[in-house]
Amino acid sequence: MPVDIATAAARADVLSKIYGEGEAEVRALDGVSVSFAKGRFTAIMGPSGSGKSTLMHVCAGLDEATSGTASIGGTDLTTLKDADLTRLRRDRVGFIFQAFNLVPTLTALENITLPLDIAGRKPDPEWLDRIIDMVGLRDRLGSKPSQLSGGQQQRVAAARALITRPEIIFADEPTGNLDSRAGAEVLGFLRDSADSHGQTVVMVTHDPTAASYAHRVIFLADGQIVDDMDDPTADLVLERMKGFEAKGRRS
Amino acid sequence: MFRAAWRSLVAHKLRLVLSVLAIALSVGFIVGTFIFSDTLNRTFTDLFAQTTTDVVVTPDTEFGGSGQAGELVTLPADLLGRIREVPGVAKAEGTVFADGVAIIGADDEPIGQGGAPQFGSNWSDDIDLTPYRLIDGEGPEASGQVAIDSVSAEAGNLAVGDTVRLITPTGETTADLVGVFRFGTSGNLAGATIAAFDTPTAQDLLLAGEEAFTEIDAVAAEGVSQDQLATDIRAVVGSDVQVRTGEEAADDAADAITDDLQFLNVFLAAFGFIALFVGAFLIWNTFSMLTSQRTRELALLRAVGATRGQVVRSVLAEALVVGSVGAALGCLLGFGVVAALKALFGSFGLELGSTPLAVEPSSFLVGVVPGLLFTLAAALFPAIRASRIPPVAALRDDATLPQRSLRLRTILGGVVLAVGFGVLITGATVAGGSGAQLVGLGVFLTLIGVIVFSAVLAAPVSRGIGWPLPRMAGTVGRLAVDNAARQPRRSAATASALMIGLALVSAMTVFAASTTDSLNAAIGRVIGAEFVVSTETQRPFPRAVADDLAEVDGVAVVSRSTFVEGLVDTGEGDATGTFVTAVDPATLSRVVDFTFDAGGMDGLQDGGLLVDRTTADGANLQVGDTVDLTFATGTGTFEVAGIYEPAGFFTGYAITNQGLEDAGVKIGDTFVYVKADDSADLDTLRAGIEGVLAAYPGVEVQSQAELKEQIQSSINQVLAVIVGLLGLAVIIAVLGIVNTLYLSVLERTREIGMLRAVGTSRRQVRRMIVLESVVIALFGAVLGVVLGVGFATALQRTVADLGINVLTIPWRSLVVYLLIAMVVGALAALWPARRAAKLDVLRAITTE
Repeated sequence: MPVDIATAAARADVLSKIYGEGEAEVRALDGVSVSFAKGRFTAIMGPSGSGKSTLMHVCAGLDEATSGTASIGGTDLTTLKDADLTRLRRDRVGFIFQAFNLVPTLTALENITLPLDIAGRKPDPEWLDRIIDMVGLRDRLGSKPSQLSGGQQQRVAAARALITRPEIIFADEPTGNLDSRAGAEVLGFLRDSADSHGQTVVMVTHDPTAASYAHRVIFLADGQIVDDMDDPTADLVLERMKGFEAKGRRS
Repeated sequence: MFRAAWRSLVAHKLRLVLSVLAIALSVGFIVGTFIFSDTLNRTFTDLFAQTTTDVVVTPDTEFGGSGQAGELVTLPADLLGRIREVPGVAKAEGTVFADGVAIIGADDEPIGQGGAPQFGSNWSDDIDLTPYRLIDGEGPEASGQVAIDSVSAEAGNLAVGDTVRLITPTGETTADLVGVFRFGTSGNLAGATIAAFDTPTAQDLLLAGEEAFTEIDAVAAEGVSQDQLATDIRAVVGSDVQVRTGEEAADDAADAITDDLQFLNVFLAAFGFIALFVGAFLIWNTFSMLTSQRTRELALLRAVGATRGQVVRSVLAEALVVGSVGAALGCLLGFGVVAALKALFGSFGLELGSTPLAVEPSSFLVGVVPGLLFTLAAALFPAIRASRIPPVAALRDDATLPQRSLRLRTILGGVVLAVGFGVLITGATVAGGSGAQLVGLGVFLTLIGVIVFSAVLAAPVSRGIGWPLPRMAGTVGRLAVDNAARQPRRSAATASALMIGLALVSAMTVFAASTTDSLNAAIGRVIGAEFVVSTETQRPFPRAVADDLAEVDGVAVVSRSTFVEGLVDTGEGDATGTFVTAVDPATLSRVVDFTFDAGGMDGLQDGGLLVDRTTADGANLQVGDTVDLTFATGTGTFEVAGIYEPAGFFTGYAITNQGLEDAGVKIGDTFVYVKADDSADLDTLRAGIEGVLAAYPGVEVQSQAELKEQIQSSINQVLAVIVGLLGLAVIIAVLGIVNTLYLSVLERTREIGMLRAVGTSRRQVRRMIVLESVVIALFGAVLGVVLGVGFATALQRTVADLGINVLTIPWRSLVVYLLIAMVVGALAALWPARRAAKLDVLRAITTE
């Protein structure tokens, strides 16, 4: 399903990432081409070692590919120097990680505005207001991360990812450390930000339920895209995953 | 269990490098000073052993004086004849040896460094009886001839055949340089210069013409032992003469020199121990951070059955290895310290020659044992804390040690601090020795109290110091301050190390400034003379100087004074050693202005004595009491005529020049005060004085302003040495900052990675670490400077009665120290900041 370049927030072309040499050679990515449409919530799924995290890291400019190109909004990441990559991450990309997402010495509000503060910019008060409402943390803004629950911390992280109005948000197992209810809150929020604000979101997960919140699921195995599914449900995803695992076991 | 400790050590070796370095530096310094001191001792013991005869006969006296010519006890010349007749004596010779002959070099300046003695002696050719070994020319045989030691010959650019100027106790003279000699195998005697004459000349110059000796040396005949010979001679010479075997005499002579050097050794080693103490904070921090980073690992060990004791022992075993490696490196480093000290002493004219290093096991023990103990003590608390990690922590994801409450620290630190302050203030209000001891105890308690309490202060004070940073550096500044305040114990321990160094440096600085100002104020208040004539090292110079000065145009008054060593007996307990000033009562009141508490200068004339109030109070003396003074060459009884206010260095006992001479001391002047005519032009007068002094090398004229400058510069020299030696502790404190930052960066890898991921640039990360470091360094520096000023104030108060009655706080120097601390803090952060900035973002955020 080729996506028009004009509507792609980010794309990868024939990406390969090879670790080691000779006998020990591991192909984490093996000629992956994919594009992520604007305003859509895409999940990348796959078993451990399938290369899903590597794909996200390369697309987000956190890691370098062995060959191929990755771009965000038409900017080729593979040619950028560290300073430019840093600026790109600061201004055009949002991140949500699995754990240890917040600066422990800053309050929730300060964590949300951190990327703007670092850039020396003032937050747009209206946008900040809306984000705070969206994540439902108005009464906890003055709290330090250690005083927040895991779900609340992850919602702060999500709000921080949104504050710069990034072209794309990358989320790496954002619900990995959360119980199912807190996870559902975060995922619902990510879906909502895509649906109501046109926010592009790419999420790596191995949890079929989490993937079911996305508009689209890409399945990775052994460094290659093996399937692509629109409007997934948890059951469909789980079934597909079982298929891959069975296949993997046979081979 | 120990295998686990060993593995962990290997895995963390980079993190322990700075701990090892801190131990190595301080142990190396201590070991080095001790080896050096033993080497000095061996040098002199060897030197005297090879230059001493079988039996040495010297006067047996209660008080030997300073050894200056004029302050000497002698043996009558006929004693030599009696000793020569003792059966068993193969040969014997009399020696004349005294301090007081300056050799003038080719550059018209006296040869010799600082206060090193300038010996005059008689010459002997018999190498069995004399330490002098001729290396060029021949021995002096008649008046007008001299031989000098080879180091002086080289330093003064003098050679056999030259005519040499000499300043002797009887005035200046010239002599033909006929010989150059060594002292035993050494070029000279511990940095002193030696000029040797024929015996009658030596007696003329040094003993005022008396036919006498200061020492008689005898060599035993074949088959007679030293002990036997000593016993035989003792039977002949009578009771007021001391007879020692050569061995005893050599030991005594070496001890006399090394006793002085021993003090230096203790003084130097003390700085090594301070550095070790400072290093303990670094080690404490390292092990605290290592155990906290290894919480899960240690919990796992507990989960699989390790006991608490085993966990403690495994951490201590790790510390023991770190301490041992550091101490072993320190022992090697010690040899470098020895080489540096040798070079330093060499530059002061004290050549150690080729004596092999005296490497005693005890020199290593004295450094290694404290080094290991400090390391183990510093690791003990982190080890105990590690043992309290519950096994279940192994199963938790977010296993970190909880932040402990600072309540215990607040209470404990507060109590010790309060007691310390109390002792300090009490000490400050008590005058004299017991006050100084109290102040010392107060300083110690206060330091301990602040060290414990500083964790409580760390967060608020860091925030205070860092207050402008968020405004100046934005979020990065904010994060830096937060980081400095976030681990109060760690920041406090890091800063404490710097605090100790800076507290001592600031206290010394304030005290030095106070001493300078007190002495200078006293000079301004007390001295009425425009000029003071003296030598640089306050050594006596010929009385002819004063006579000549009286002839200079424009001189109104010339007043002579002398310092001598004496024993004072006030009738209360044992006699004590002291300095006695001899003055000229007829002119004294014209050149100095004492304030008298009781009596006055009137009774000074006839056997009178002045004493300052503090000394008088201590000895319970009133006007009219009598005091017995014992000098090397005589005694006298004096009556207290006046009690004066101590002012600067105008303290102690003063008698008249005549009184001193009547007591048998015939010596030159130490100070001559010159007061100008009202109409005299001071520049012309000065030129006139300098014209007179041109004939007396080494004797110099100083105006009051120059005298003040000289005092200031000599106090500053002492200060510079002390501050330089404290530099070692400061270096280790800086290593501590590097260490803390480096380990914090490792600990915060994920946090820094996340900051980088959301758009923080490398430069911003660097700046954040540097600012954090500056805040921690300033925290320590501010505490240190505040404490230092407090300590110096207490010390000044307690010694105010000894003449240090002005408290001067040199704000500019103190501000400079704070600025240096900032710079040092920034420099210490360079490497950790680079590490943090270079972190691979991806690896940082995916790191476990």
